[in-house]
Amino acid sequence: MSTSSIFRTGLTLAAIGAICTMLVAATYQATRDRIAANDKALLEQSLLPALAGIDYDSGLTDSLLELQPPHELPGNDTALVYRVFAAGEPAAALFAVTARDGYSGPIRVLIGVAYDGTVSGVRILQHRETPGLGDMIDSSRSDWVLQFDGRSLGNPAAEHWAIRGDGGEFDQLTGASITPRAVVGAVRDTLLYFDAHRDEIFPVAASEENE
Amino acid sequence: MTAAAWTERLRTGLWKDNPGLVQLLGLCPLLAVTSTFVNGLGLGIATLLVLTFSNALVSATRRLIRPEIRIPIYVVIIASLVTCAELIFKAWFPALDRSLGIFIPLIVTNCAIVARAEIFASRNPIGASIADGLGMGAGFALLLMALGAFRELVGQASLAGFSFADSGFLLAVLPPGAFFALALAVALKNHIDGKPGR
Ligand SMILES: Cc1cc2nc3c(=O)[nH]c(=O)nc-3n(C[C@H](O)[C@H](O)[C@H](O)COP(=O)(O)O)c2cc1C
Repeated sequence: MSTSSIFRTGLTLAAIGAICTMLVAATYQATRDRIAANDKALLEQSLLPALAGIDYDSGLTDSLLELQPPHELPGNDTALVYRVFAAGEPAAALFAVTARDGYSGPIRVLIGVAYDGTVSGVRILQHRETPGLGDMIDSSRSDWVLQFDGRSLGNPAAEHWAIRGDGGEFDQLTGASITPRAVVGAVRDTLLYFDAHRDEIFPVAASEENE
Repeated sequence: MTAAAWTERLRTGLWKDNPGLVQLLGLCPLLAVTSTFVNGLGLGIATLLVLTFSNALVSATRRLIRPEIRIPIYVVIIASLVTCAELIFKAWFPALDRSLGIFIPLIVTNCAIVARAEIFASRNPIGASIADGLGMGAGFALLLMALGAFRELVGQASLAGFSFADSGFLLAVLPPGAFFALALAVALKNHIDGKPGR
């Protein structure tokens, strides 16, 4: 190839590359808002089951706290706290935390806690437990997680916040106690954290200022 | 292009040289996503769109492009089109996008698309190339839908999400079921065409 034909070839490649880039950029511009809205709707759909019985009028994802480790919540990765409000008053907090003591790796748990400290719902966001044994914690496989609804630190008393095998009040799964122990522990520790840090999650001064 | 030429191109893609049944191209997505009818339909439509547009672009630029750089250019064109398809699916068909997952971006590696660019679109006018893309794309899409419908019916006793019975013959939705279903489809086509075993 002569120098000029190499130059021409390079120019062709560059031109086609530029045209294709413009095509992708235009599509990205045209779809960006819809994709963001879809992602948000999906996230809200996954949060909703943990808010049973809570009245709120704020956006589910509008008031997010990201707690970087080290924090006192379960897990040593980022813990997420979605705060929801009713008429400007705190209504509930949704915690996405990680139980590290699952049978096959970490279990990501979503725990909804009403402002008064009762559990409004628990869901498993992500897990790798054994199908047929540990995966019964998933609400699509069994009703096991529903037993947390309406519980709080006094109900049962702190020393009974454990599975039956450990002297607690929570059902375990037949032949699989490691998985439920991890989930019960994560819910209990989250409630303890909420009890100790509620005024940091919902700063009192700030909410009074709003009024 | 005359109507007869269009019909001939479409017939070639849909039946005579069907990319899945005859050329046996693009088998990875074909086998992986056909566990349900809706998945087959979704990937089929995405592939059809990418193939038609890539044929059109390759044909439109065929006189500008030196043979030495044609392959990188096909790759850039196909990769851009697949990225657009993925964004469009994410924006307008989010549920389908989640269930197809990685297989939409993987359309890039579907050799049926490069094969049509190289064999057909780089040597033919734009009209014929579009017809070829539509025919081959539709042939691939219909095969995906047929396999998806068959595997879902046999494996889960449901079709497009409507269930007829509690359980099916599970093997059909597992990976081996994909091979059995494809083999049956190829055998059926050869039988209809009256070809003895090759
Ligand atoms: C292949 C295999 C998979 C298992 N998967 C789980 C599991 O996902 N979750 C769990 O808690 N236990 C699982 N187990 C059982 C645990 O090893 C342990 O025996 C059990 O949790 C103890 O429960 P128990 O105190 O009710 O007897 C599994 C055991 C085997 C052999």
